[in-house]
Amino acid sequence: MAYSDKVLDHYENPRNVGSFDKSDANVGTGMVGAPACGDVMKLQIKMGENGIIEDAKFKTYGCGSAIASSSLVTEMLKGRTLDEAQAIKNTSIVEELALPPVKIHCSVLAEDAIKAAVADLKSKQK
Amino acid sequence: MIYLDNNATTALHPAVLKEMLPFLTVQQGNPASNHTFGRNAHTAIEEAREKVAASVNAHPSQVIFTSSGTESNNTIINGIAKAYPDSHFGFSSIEHPCISEPIKSLANQGFKVSEIPVDSNGIFNVSNISSETKQSLSFLSVMMANNETGVIQNIAEIADWARENKIQFHTDAVQALGKIKVDFEALDIDAMTISSHKIYGPQGIAALIVNKKIDLFPYMQGGGQEKGLRSGTENIAAIIGFGKACERSSQNRVIFRENIDFLRLTLEKALVDLGAVIFCEKSHRLSNTTFFSFKNIDGSTLLTALDRKGFAIASGSACSSNSTEPSHVLLSMGVDLDLAQGALRVSLGVESTENEINDFMVTLKDEVNRLKQLTAVAA
Amino acid sequence: MKNKLHDMPIYMDYSSTTPVDPRVAEKMIPYITEDFGNPASRSHPYGWTAEKAVEDARKEVALLVNADPREIIWTSGATESNNLAIKGASNFYSKKGKHIITLATEHKAVIDAVRECERMGYEATYMEPEPNGLLDIEKFKSTIRPDTVLVSVMFVNNEIGVIQDIITIGNICRENKIIFHVDAAQATGKVKIDLETLPVDLMSFSAHKTYGPKGVGALYVRRKPRIRIEPQMHGGGHERGMRSGTLATHQIVGMGEAFKIAREEMDEENTRIKNLQAKLLKGLTEIDETYVNGDLDKRVPHNLNISFNYVEGESLIMAIKGIAVSSGSACTSASLEPSYVLRALGRSDELAHSSIRFSIGRFTTESDVEFTIALLKEKIDRLRDLSPLWEMFQDGVDLEKVEWAEH
Repeated sequence: MAYSDKVLDHYENPRNVGSFDKSDANVGTGMVGAPACGDVMKLQIKMGENGIIEDAKFKTYGCGSAIASSSLVTEMLKGRTLDEAQAIKNTSIVEELALPPVKIHCSVLAEDAIKAAVADLKSKQK
Repeated sequence: MIYLDNNATTALHPAVLKEMLPFLTVQQGNPASNHTFGRNAHTAIEEAREKVAASVNAHPSQVIFTSSGTESNNTIINGIAKAYPDSHFGFSSIEHPCISEPIKSLANQGFKVSEIPVDSNGIFNVSNISSETKQSLSFLSVMMANNETGVIQNIAEIADWARENKIQFHTDAVQALGKIKVDFEALDIDAMTISSHKIYGPQGIAALIVNKKIDLFPYMQGGGQEKGLRSGTENIAAIIGFGKACERSSQNRVIFRENIDFLRLTLEKALVDLGAVIFCEKSHRLSNTTFFSFKNIDGSTLLTALDRKGFAIASGSACSSNSTEPSHVLLSMGVDLDLAQGALRVSLGVESTENEINDFMVTLKDEVNRLKQLTAVAA
Repeated sequence: MKNKLHDMPIYMDYSSTTPVDPRVAEKMIPYITEDFGNPASRSHPYGWTAEKAVEDARKEVALLVNADPREIIWTSGATESNNLAIKGASNFYSKKGKHIITLATEHKAVIDAVRECERMGYEATYMEPEPNGLLDIEKFKSTIRPDTVLVSVMFVNNEIGVIQDIITIGNICRENKIIFHVDAAQATGKVKIDLETLPVDLMSFSAHKTYGPKGVGALYVRRKPRIRIEPQMHGGGHERGMRSGTLATHQIVGMGEAFKIAREEMDEENTRIKNLQAKLLKGLTEIDETYVNGDLDKRVPHNLNISFNYVEGESLIMAIKGIAVSSGSACTSASLEPSYVLRALGRSDELAHSSIRFSIGRFTTESDVEFTIALLKEKIDRLRDLSPLWEMFQDGVDLEKVEWAEH
C-alpha cells in the first residue's frame, strides 16, 4: 500500500491525540466504526464560549489512512461553528490526503465522527 | 571441447550472469511480501517482464512466466482444454513432444485430436489439413522454427488462415527467438511459447505469451501469482536473467544473420562434398541449424567418435536423445528409416567461429572415411 | 540480517523465503557459466556433467529425508509438487473413491489444488484444526470415508509454525489404504524427516524455504510400496515420465547443496534458533494483551505468530517498517482479508488482523531480536495511545458489550 506524504505525516505525527472528559457539558463525543470492521474512531470537540469549537481530540483504531483522516479532522474543526463543522465533507478529506479509492471509507468514517460529535454536543446543550 | 549443440541449450551470456548474480547472492524477498524486500523483488520482476515483452513485441501483461517451454506448452494446451471443453486440437507432425504429448493425452480424455503432416521439405501447409479436420478444428499449434531441421514455417500465413477460420492459434517460438524476428502483435496470434535457455539465458525459466481474448485455465493452483495463471513463488534470479537475455536477443539476431548464416553454408557445402544428405536443404531454415546424415554410416557411432575428438553435437532433440528412436520429424517428412537413423545435428551459436567449423570438418572427414573403410571391410 | 548497503529493514520473514546461502550460490554459479549443458543431452560431456550434477543433488535431497534418490522427482517448486501430488495421485487412484481430506490451514497451493479436484468431480473435506492449530486425531478418524482416496496434511504450517503428528496421521491412512501427501516445504532443515519410518506416500519440498534458490522443488514419490501418479505435464519424458521439462541444472545443484547444508547443520542451527525464539517470545509477551497463535510446544523454533490486541494490523505493519515481517501468509498479504489460517483457529477478526508472523533463520542475530523487541514495544505503546479500544479496555469497559455503530 503506497501512502501519500500527507497521510504519512499525519500518521507519524498525529495532531491532537487524546481525550476530554466526556461528561463535560461543553464536550461532544462521537464514536463510530466497529473493531470487527477494522476501524473505530473517537472524535471529541470542545465548545468555546463564543459558539466556536476551540479544541478537538481523537483516538483511532485503524489503518494509517484512518488515523490520518481523524488527525486531519481535528485540525479542520478548530475555529469553526457547529454548523460549519457539520458542513465538512469526506471529499475534502480525500482530496487533502490524496486517499486511494480503497481508503475512501476512512474519510467517510471521519465525516460520520464529526456528525456524531456535533450531535452529542447539541443534545447536551439543549 | 567445441560446443555445437546450441539448439539443446546455450551458454549463459556473461552480461546475463552479471544481472542475475545479485538476485542469487543478496537477500531477496518473496515478491508477494508486502515489505521492502518483497516490493523490490516485485519491481525487478516487472522490469524483466517488460524486456521479455519488448523482445517479441507483446504487451507486458501478456507475459506469463513459467518454469520451462514444456510447462508453457502444457499450460496452453491443458488451459484451453479446460476452458473450452469442446475443443478439437490440431498440431503439426513435427512438433516437440511437449506439444504433441499433452495433446495426445487429451485424446484419452475424449477430446478430438488431429496430427497434421508436413511435406517432404518439412513445411507445414494448411492445404494439408483434411477437409474433415477443418470442419471442427478449434485449436492449432505449429512451431515457428523446428529444433531438428531448423525449418522456419510461414507462421503469418498459417495464423491468417486460422483467424479467418476462427481457430485458436499457438506457436512454439522457442527455437526462433533470438535467431529470427518474432512479432507477437504483428502475427496477431493467440499464444506463443518462448524459453530462456535457448537464447543465452538461464535454464528453468520460460514464458507463455497469451492474448487476453483467450480464456485460459491455470495448470497449477496456489498463491495466485502471474494473475492467477501460474501459481508458485517467482524464480526471481532466472526471471531477471531471462529479461536480460531477451534484451540482447535482437543483437544476437544480427550476428546470426550476418556471421553464422555464412558459417553454416560453408559447413553444409563441405558436408555435401563429403557425401552427406542435408535435410530440408532447400527450405527456409534457421541460420544456425544443419541436420544431416550419411548413407550407410551409423549416426550414433559417428556421434561418439566426434565426442571423443572434442565436438559436442546432437542426434536429434535433446529431450529424446536417451532413446535410440529415429527422429519423428524426419519420419513424418517421409525420410527413409536408414537415413533418419543416422541423422546428426549441428547447431551453431553466436560465438561459433570459422576455425571451429574447419576443425570440425577435418575431424568429421577423418571419421567418416574411417567408418566407410570399416563398413567396406565388414561388407 | 541487515543489509547496510541499501539500508534495508531487518529480515524477519524467513518463512516467506530465505536468502540463498552464500555456499549454495557459490556451488551454483559454475553450472550457469562453464558447465551449462542440458542434462538430457546424452551425446556429449556438457550433458553428462549436467546430468551428474543433477543426480548428485538428487542424492543430497534424498539424504536429508532418508529416502532413495529414485524417489525424488524435480519440480519447479512446492506449488508444482503439491499440484502434481494431489491431482496426480487422486486421478491415478480415483477408482478407490473420490473423497479428499485436507486441513483448512494448508497452504493455498494445496487448498486450491484440492478445489480444482472438486471441480473435476471429487468431494473434499477441509478439516478445521483445534484452536492450537493441530489436527485432532479422533476427529480426523471420523472424517475418513470408505471412498477417501487422498489425505493431504502439511508437516509444518507456514503461518503459525505448528508441527502436525505426521506419524499418527500416516498410520491411520495406511490402515485405511489412503494415499497420504505431506507438504513439507516449511519443514526441511527444521524438523527431522525420516521417510524410511514415516508412513508418507508423497512429500513436497521447496528449495527457497531452506536457503536454496527459487524456482526449484521436488516431490518424493514412494517406491515401496510403489505409489503412482498421473503426470500433469507431458513432453520429453523427463523424471521417468512423471514430470517433463528441461531441468535447470544450476537450480537443482543449489537445492542439493542447500539440503546438504541443512542436513549437516540442522541440529546446531535449531539450538541457536530455539534460543532466539525464546528471547523473542519473552520480550514480546512482556507487552500486555498479546496472544501467541498456534501451539508453542509442537512448533518449529523459527516461527512466532503473535496477535497484539487493540492495535489494528495495517497500521501496525506501517509502524514497524524497520523489520520485514508478514501479517498472515505472504501470498495473501496483498489483500486486506484477515488470515484464513488464524480464522480457522477460531481467532476473532480483530486478533487475526493484528497478528504478526516473525520468522527467523540462519542469519538472524541476537541484536536483530533485541531490535525487534524494542521496536514492537515502542510502536505498540504508541498505537495503543492512539487507540480508543485500548482506552476503553483500560477503563474496564467490556468491548464485547459495546454496541458499535457499524458502518
